Order: sequence, then C-alpha cells, then structure tokens
Amino acid sequence: MAYILTHYWSELIQGLGYTLLSSVIALVFSTVIGTMFAIFEVLPNRAMRIIGRIYIEIFRNIPLLVIAMFFYVIIPMYVAKIDGFTAGTIGLTIYTSSFIAETVRAGIQSVDNGQMEGARSNGLTYWQAMRYIVLPQAFKIVIPPLGNQFINLVKNSSVLAFVAGFDLMYQGNSIASLSLDTINSYVVVGLFYLVITLPLSYYMQHLEKRLAN
Amino acid sequence: MKKLKRYLGVLGMLGVLTLVLTACGGRKSLSQQDVLTNDRTSNTITWGVKADTKLFGLMDVQDNTIKGFDADVATAITKQILGKNGKTKFVQVTSQTRIPLLKNGNIDAIIATMTISPERKKQVDFSDSYFDAGQALLVKKGSAVKSVKDLNKAGTKVLGVTGSSSVANIRKFAPKAKVLELSDYAQAMTALKSGQGVALTTDNGILYGMATENPGYEVVGGTFTKEPYGIAINKGQAPFKNKVNAALKEIEANGTYNRLLKKWFGNVTGFNYKEASR
Repeated sequence: MAYILTHYWSELIQGLGYTLLSSVIALVFSTVIGTMFAIFEVLPNRAMRIIGRIYIEIFRNIPLLVIAMFFYVIIPMYVAKIDGFTAGTIGLTIYTSSFIAETVRAGIQSVDNGQMEGARSNGLTYWQAMRYIVLPQAFKIVIPPLGNQFINLVKNSSVLAFVAGFDLMYQGNSIASLSLDTINSYVVVGLFYLVITLPLSYYMQHLEKRLAN
Repeated sequence: MKKLKRYLGVLGMLGVLTLVLTACGGRKSLSQQDVLTNDRTSNTITWGVKADTKLFGLMDVQDNTIKGFDADVATAITKQILGKNGKTKFVQVTSQTRIPLLKNGNIDAIIATMTISPERKKQVDFSDSYFDAGQALLVKKGSAVKSVKDLNKAGTKVLGVTGSSSVANIRKFAPKAKVLELSDYAQAMTALKSGQGVALTTDNGILYGMATENPGYEVVGGTFTKEPYGIAINKGQAPFKNKVNAALKEIEANGTYNRLLKKWFGNVTGFNYKEASR
C-alpha cells in the first residue's frame, strides 16, 4: 500500500483535486437549483408546480451514469464541445439537484402553514415570507438529510471515471491496471474518499447541533 | 480533548479496516489448486473472454453466446486438451477485471486480446503467442492524423481503454498528447464519434473490427508496436500451461488455426492474412 501511495502520489492528488472541484461545483449549483425547484413545487401557481414535478421526476429516476453519458456523448455531437469533466459535473449537479429539491420541499412543507399566513398578514410579500420566515426554518429541519445528499454527491462524483474526468476513481482504475495491485489500489482510493467525506460528515453534524440550540 | 480522542478512534478503526482488507490478499484460494486436474474432473475449461470486441470476442445477443477468434481458439484448445467432448465455459471479462478473476480462481485462463508484457509476467504466466498484434490508430475518414507522429502535439486528445498496454505506449510515442482512458472499446468508440478525441488507439485487430462496424472510420499509419497476444494462466500452473502450449502448436500444425484466422479476418480490408497465418 505504501508503494501505491508513494509511486502514484501525483496521480492520487490530481484525482483528489478533480473530485473535490467537481463536488464543490456540483454542491453549490445543485443546492441552488434544488432549492429553486423545491420552491416551484410549493408555489400556488399550478403550472410552476407541474414544471417542478416534471424536472424532479425525470432526473431523480434516471441513473446518474445515463445522465452523465448523455452530456458526454450527445451534447458534444449536436450542441457544444464539452469535455468529460464538464459533462460529468453537469450530470452530477442535475441529478443531485432533483434529490435536494425533494428534501427541501419536504422541509418547506413541514414548516407550519401558520408561519406563512402570519408573515403575510404582517405585510410581507409571498417572496419575503418565503425568504425570511419559511426557508430559514425549513433548512434547519433538512440539515441532516441534506448532509446525506452532500455525502452521496461526493461519492457519486466517481461517475467522472466513466467519462474520463480524471477524478479519484478514474485514477484508481488507472493505477489498478498499471500496478496490477487491484486490492491496494482501491483501498487507497477508498481512503482518499474518506478524506473528503469524513470531515464533511463531521461538519454537517456540527452544523446540526449548532442550529438546534 | 474529547474531540481529539474521537478522531483518534476513527483513525484507529481505519487502520484496522486497512489491515483486514490487505490481509485478504494473502489468503490461499481456489487458484492454489491444480487447474488441469480440476478441469479433467469437470471436463470443462473456464476461459475469460472479451464480450465487447468484434472479431475477437463479441456477445451475440440472439443466442447469448460469445463469438470471435479468441472464443474459437479457446474451443479448439479445449478440444485438444480434453478430447472431442471437452466443454468450454466462457466468462465475460474486461481489461480491468481479467487478472483479478484469474487470480481468485474464477477462470482457468484468459484469452482476451491480452498482450504479453514484462509487467504482466510478474503477475501471471503466458502461453506462447497466439496472435501477432500491433498498436495502430483509428480516425475519422479524412482526418489530418495520418500516423502516430501527428498526435505528438500539445492539446491533442487520444482515446484509449483503461488497463490496456496501448495507453502506456501512446504516452511513449506521443508524450505531448493527452490520453483519455475509457472503460471499454464501445465507450471509446462512442467518445471518438462525439469528438472527445482525434484518434482511438489500441491493437490493430480490434481497430479493424471497429472499422468494419463503422464505415466512416479507418485505420491509419500501420502498426507502430509489436504486441503479440498470449493466453494468461495463473502462476504455479505449469502442467496446464504446457498442455495449452502443446495444444496451440497442434492446432497451428493441423490447419485449424489458419482456418479460424480466415474465418474471422479473411474479409477485413487492410488485414494481411498471409502475414498473420502460421
């Protein structure tokens, strides 16, 4: 194992970098997009609710690999030249956003209706009430499931390996086939994923405790 | 302090996990038993073959069998070793899974477009070569890439398959090119079609198969390496290996080999049947 670490250190660090970069980009955008569609789903406007529903049901129910391959193969053929890293990250963002949308929607709906009504009767507009009264309470509730989604997102970023996105899993496959030491290569890759996911897990726990008080 | 203790606890657990996982590698397994004796008892040889490679090993979805040159050579060798009624069992492998599958005893031998290389010889034994392959390039017809020299420019993207020796070779022959490794040939071909790279590189035999499937693409530049294919067998299985080598010689002598070569490569444009026959 020490051999894998010392011999392929630069590949592993490169992989870690790409995995982190992809995860951070996907985390930020999927949270924004997911929250947006969650709000769509609770809007009084029926058309918007349907749009939200369609988006979520489509991308939540297609395997991530299929979405990533779509962006890797179809988009460059007809729309724009994008490389594997971009295609994988876009796929990851869209896929995760549909799960985040469902999580946040559940959070919004678990906030008592009286909160919205009270805010409105105090003169706030719908958007102000959503922004300052409902969403802050909703996010407090959904921190634990959201943490799960974030951890899943980091692990799902391994989809980049299939579209030549140079992430940890891609390097792992490459190292395993170069060194022919399959077991140790994947053990090392597993440990590198833990380097990202464990702190994330602890941070989400910390956040949960802080917001609970 | 309490937090520090918890972190140390987690680290300790990781350490134990690592030890357990690495220890698994050293355990004696099926692969330690004598393959030849086992195969004689069961009257079956289990071969690891490719299922995504036209001409060598391709899954025929109509009757769910794997067909190709590799599969036919495996069958011929099986019949030589076990007699007319000897049975073959084909297990689908990829470049990445074949060595682990052989090592843990799931398959008796690999006949899956596998180049004999010194690095691999450290892990497994090889039979004599059964096909003289060499690395070549597949490009879109009319492409500016005519040979491997044209790839040696910064920003050029070349497609290969993870776990194949061709990826390591292209780094040697065109060090400035960026190599994208995909998980199998079908995916690499799809990536070539969608313009993720300018050329797809691997052994000529495989590329000819792809060119016959995709008329808009052609093999250019000839071969720039010699990469004979061999049958991989676990270390410590000398009796089985000797039998395979003897069987290989036998089918070359009695014309079976040339007949199979003609069957699969006779109609492939650009393939030099005379040179490859034995």
